[in-house]
Formats: sequence, structure tokens, C-alpha cells
Amino acid sequence: MNATTNQATSIKLVLLGESAVGKSSIVLRFVSNDFAENKEPTIGAAFLTQRVTLPDDTIIKFEIWDTAGQERFASLAPMYYRNAQAAVVVYDLTSPQSFLKARHWVKLLREQSGNNIIIALVANKLDLCEEQAQPETEQEETEPRGNVRKVAKEEGQKLADDEGLMFFETSAKTGEGINNVFLSIAEKIPLKKKGNEQESATFNGNGQSENSTSSNGRIDLNARNGSSEACGC
Amino acid sequence: MDEEYDVIVLGTGLTECILSGILSVEGKKVLHIDKQDFYGGESASLNLTQMYNKFKPSALSGADGKLPEAFGRDRDWNIDLIPKFLMANGELTNILVHTDVTRYVEFKQISGSYVYNKNGKIYKVPSNEMEAISSPLLGLFEKRRVKSFLEWVSKYKDDDLSTHKGLDLDKNTMDEVYYKFGLGKSTQDFIGHAMALWTTDEYLQQPARPTFERILLYSQSVARYGKSPYLYPLYGLGELPQGFARLSAIYGGTYMLNAPIKEVLYNEDKTFKGVITKEGTARAPIVIADPSYFPDKVKSTGKKVIRAICILNHPVPSTGNVDSLQIIIPQNQVGRKNDIYVAVVSDSHHVAAKGHYLAIVSTVIETDKPHIELDAAFKLLGPIEERFMGISELYEPLEDGTKDHIYISKSYDASSHFESMTDDVKDIYFRIMGKPLVLKPREDSQNDGN
Repeated sequence: MNATTNQATSIKLVLLGESAVGKSSIVLRFVSNDFAENKEPTIGAAFLTQRVTLPDDTIIKFEIWDTAGQERFASLAPMYYRNAQAAVVVYDLTSPQSFLKARHWVKLLREQSGNNIIIALVANKLDLCEEQAQPETEQEETEPRGNVRKVAKEEGQKLADDEGLMFFETSAKTGEGINNVFLSIAEKIPLKKKGNEQESATFNGNGQSENSTSSNGRIDLNARNGSSEACGC
Repeated sequence: MDEEYDVIVLGTGLTECILSGILSVEGKKVLHIDKQDFYGGESASLNLTQMYNKFKPSALSGADGKLPEAFGRDRDWNIDLIPKFLMANGELTNILVHTDVTRYVEFKQISGSYVYNKNGKIYKVPSNEMEAISSPLLGLFEKRRVKSFLEWVSKYKDDDLSTHKGLDLDKNTMDEVYYKFGLGKSTQDFIGHAMALWTTDEYLQQPARPTFERILLYSQSVARYGKSPYLYPLYGLGELPQGFARLSAIYGGTYMLNAPIKEVLYNEDKTFKGVITKEGTARAPIVIADPSYFPDKVKSTGKKVIRAICILNHPVPSTGNVDSLQIIIPQNQVGRKNDIYVAVVSDSHHVAAKGHYLAIVSTVIETDKPHIELDAAFKLLGPIEERFMGISELYEPLEDGTKDHIYISKSYDASSHFESMTDDVKDIYFRIMGKPLVLKPREDSQNDGN
């Protein structure tokens, strides 16, 4: 483990978007620099974490929440986006339907969280898009190629401008633009000054308090069997 | 869809969500359905618009659908339909820790536990020998007797006869135990109702052990964090079913809200086969459901609970302005058979807009004028800004489910905590799996990217 002297600031980041737009693939690319065709949904992970170090040595630790089995029938629990400091709203630039859905999520996030939440709008599957095509000769797709883009970059950009979102076009498959999404979010996180952290942890991340009752009366239930997991993070 | 599952769960109340979570972790393929468009069923926390729609639909339509201005933003409200607290040392706490659902839910202490006395005043409930000594609730001689009783409780060991003081928890009734320690009627009221949390006096003629265990649970729960034995989740009790639903989902559970059951399918031998919803047919050998999904397979317990959800813009008088508390009004003190409970939480738990308090008053109905039965409690609250009243009938399953593979939970009862609910969870688990529920800590529940 790195001897990091700087304290990492934990950020809850939620992924939103229609099924199969590539939410999990984006995270997998970011967290493991990997891509899996026909990826199965993650089983058993409460959330994935990844650290980002900013130029000024600030460390941001993303706790990335995947929708798990609650998105297929549009049954996300409010708990999912509660207290999220950042959200990545993903659509598939070959699917106008998924862009509509993205609008819906942006609206809902603004209703629930006001303007405090940092939202990145991400148009994924840039690799399917001809105009972007680098001489890409790897494998033949079975699907017909050609310009399959159905949502113009300008449309995405306009939604982002109207709603005050960051906007990116990415490919989880090639990795294009992915790290940039998370780095840009990290840079926008309003950092608390040192020694002014009392309200920083808005949800019960592990290891946030040394004793079982913190000053604001919140309680860490795990503290009693102290051995359970001191979690090496 | 036309799909096969190991278990279908109907209703996203807390009982169903805990079972769904535990079964998913154990590798079962779970489909979890709710006919309503929000999580939690009877154990949900609602925002103000949902509250008005449910209890006073006309109030909003008269005001262009706008909420009263004094109540602030709708999203600041998370109002429990059923008032309960967690015992700090209770079984639900244990389940939360073992399943790691504590990752998603944050808790605060309830600041005080009070008991009502005939004279119309409320007193803090003494939770141990030391507090008993200093409590104004007890006369001088009674204090000593209570102290000696509580010492007996804390020192009693099954295998050490010298700690028993000649009493047998399984043979002696609680009445006999009180007699042995010379405890008077009003002391019995606070021990039996405010510490052991019985809601009637039926326990007096039963063996002493369950009461003994309840007093132990109470004092150990107080000892854990101080102030009171109770914990409460930020953003309301509705976070609990959501937390367990998330547990289920990350272990592969599939969630479908807003999906009324069009038809229940049965095999030829009348066992459960599946359900049809707007999304199609789903089949499983087993179904778990709350009573509302199988009205012809449940019976009324004969008990009805009235609950009055009150919005206040001030703390409860005579409580030192605490942000949260419980008040128990023991039945004897107001000439009733069932206790009246008051559960108070506030904006500091993120359940109300700033400056507001929620007080839920509840009891088991005894007369045909139930709203009047709560008067003693209303008097303690001071001015009430808004009040939502509802009456719930309590149901339980007719059969244990082993014959038709339909396992039905019980309605949430009038008790102030979740202990009977977790008993139901364990009982249903046992009936389904044929073995007791053993909670194991979750492994690799998080990849840690460092």
C-alpha cells in the first residue's frame, strides 16, 4: 500500500442511464482499464472504488455505485442517488431512446439534489461511429458499419449547456475519453479546507470515524465488533 | 418476460426486503416485485405530497396541488407510516451489521425515552441501578427495591443458583418476581411497559423469562451508546427496506416496482407456480409476500392499530428540547388495556423540513371512537400543525406455507421496535429453508481500488 500522507476525500458517484448504454463498461475501463464484450452485471460489489490524484496532490476517492438489478424495470431506489456528490449520466449515441432517458435522469437528479451535485453527461460508444474512425482494423464487426450515430454531438452539448452539465463523448471499448470524465469531475469537487471536515462525510462510508459516536450524534454500528473490517483503504 | 426464478418476493416491506437480501446473498435467484411505485410498502417513508395523497387527497386539490408554504420543500420530508425504533442491541442491528447494509444507511441515537405518569407528567425512564436511584419517578424506599431488582437481573446466571435468589425464570411468573422484590403497581408499570416494552399486562401471569430477557435487552441497548436504547436511520425508516433491496440487487436480485399482480398461477396440486404482471410471466417454486398480496390466505388478528402522524414546529414540551424521543403511556396510567406510544423524530434525522418535528402517536384500538383514545398523548405534544390519521388492521398468515409454498409475513405490529419483525424474518427463513438463519459476515463485499 502506498504511504499516502494526504487524506483522500471520498466522493459518492452514481451511474445512471438506460440498460446497455455501457455504464458498467465505463466503470470497468476506469477502475481496471479493461473492457469485456457482453459483460455480466457485477455481483456482490457494494460499490467500486478508484482513486484519482489531482495535480496539487489532492486525492479523490470515488465510490462508484452501479445500478445493479434495479434498472431493468426502472426501479431504482431513492437511496441510490441520495447524497451523491457526482453523477455520470450515460447514453448510447446510437440510441435516441437512451438520450431521452438521460434527459429524464438529469431532471430527476436536479429535483432530488438541487445544484449541488456535479453531473457529467456522457455519450458512449464513440467507437461505433464512422466519422470518428481511426484506421481501426482489428476485428470485423458482424453488424453493418456505416454512420450509426443517431444523437448528434451538438444535441448532447446543448442539453449539457442548458442544464449546467459537463459533456463528454467516450468509448469504453477503446478507452477514449473515459479517464477524462472522472478527472474532470474530480477537479470540480469543492474541496473542504483541512480541519473543516465535520460535514464532509454525508454517508456511512467505512472507517470514517474513530469512535462509535461522532460529534453530530451519528453512530457507526460496525464499531462494536471492531475486528470486523478496519478496511485497508 | 417469461422467466424462471428460485424465489419471487411480493411487496418491498422491510420483512420481505431482508429475506430477499439474505436469499440473494446465499445464491438464490430472486425476483422482487411491488405493486406500488415506491419502495417499502407499509414500512416506507413518504414525502409530504405522498402523505396528502394517501391521507387527505382533497387538501391538496383545493390548493392547486401546492403544499402549505410553511412546510418547505417536499423532498425534505421522509415520513414513516409505521413508528418504530431499532434497539441498539437488538436483532435488526445484528442483521444490519452482518449483511453490511450499514454501508448504505446511517444511524443516529434517539435522545431520550420517557414514561407517562398519572399526574400528567412525563419522566425519563431509568435504565440502570444508578439512574433508578436518582429518578424522581420513584419514592425513596421504592428506589432501593428497584435497585435490588435491577441488580438481580444483571447478575442472574442460569447455571449459578446463588444468583437466582430463589426464583426460577421458567416457573415463576413475573407477578411473583415483582412480589418477591416488593415492587408496587406503578413501578411495575414502568418496568413492564417502559423497559420490557410490553404493551399490555398479560405478561404478569406468564413465566418471567421473556420479561427478564426484554429488560436485559433494554439495559444493554442503553449501555451501548447512552441516552436511550434506540437508534434511528437518517432519512427515515424507509431507508431500511431500500438498504436490503440494494443488498439483494447487488447479489443479482431483480427489482420491479409499479407492477400489480394480474394473476397468481398455481400448479395442479395447488402449490405456487408463478405470477403474471404487465411485464409477463415469472415462475418460481416459492413465493414470499406481505399479507396484502394474498388476502384470502391471511386472517385478521382481531387487533387494529390507530396511528396519528403529527407535524409540529416545536420540540415536545418538558423534554429539554431534545431532537427525538419516545414516550410510553402505560395503559394503567390512563385506564386502558393497551399502551399508547409516541415516537418523535425531527429535521436532525432528515425526515422533516428545518424546524419541524414528527410525532407519531399509536395504540391498539379498544373503543369505537379510536381518535379520542389518543387524547392523553396529543395533550403532551403542544400545538399540532398537521395531522394524518390512519387505522391498520393487523394480519397474519392462515398457514405456515409449507403446503402451498406461499410464505406470508405478518403485519407490522404496535410494538415500538423491530424485534417481533426480525422474529418473523427468522421464522419464515426457517420454514423455507428447513434450517435456522445463521448470519455470516459478507466477504469481498467491496473491491478496493488501492
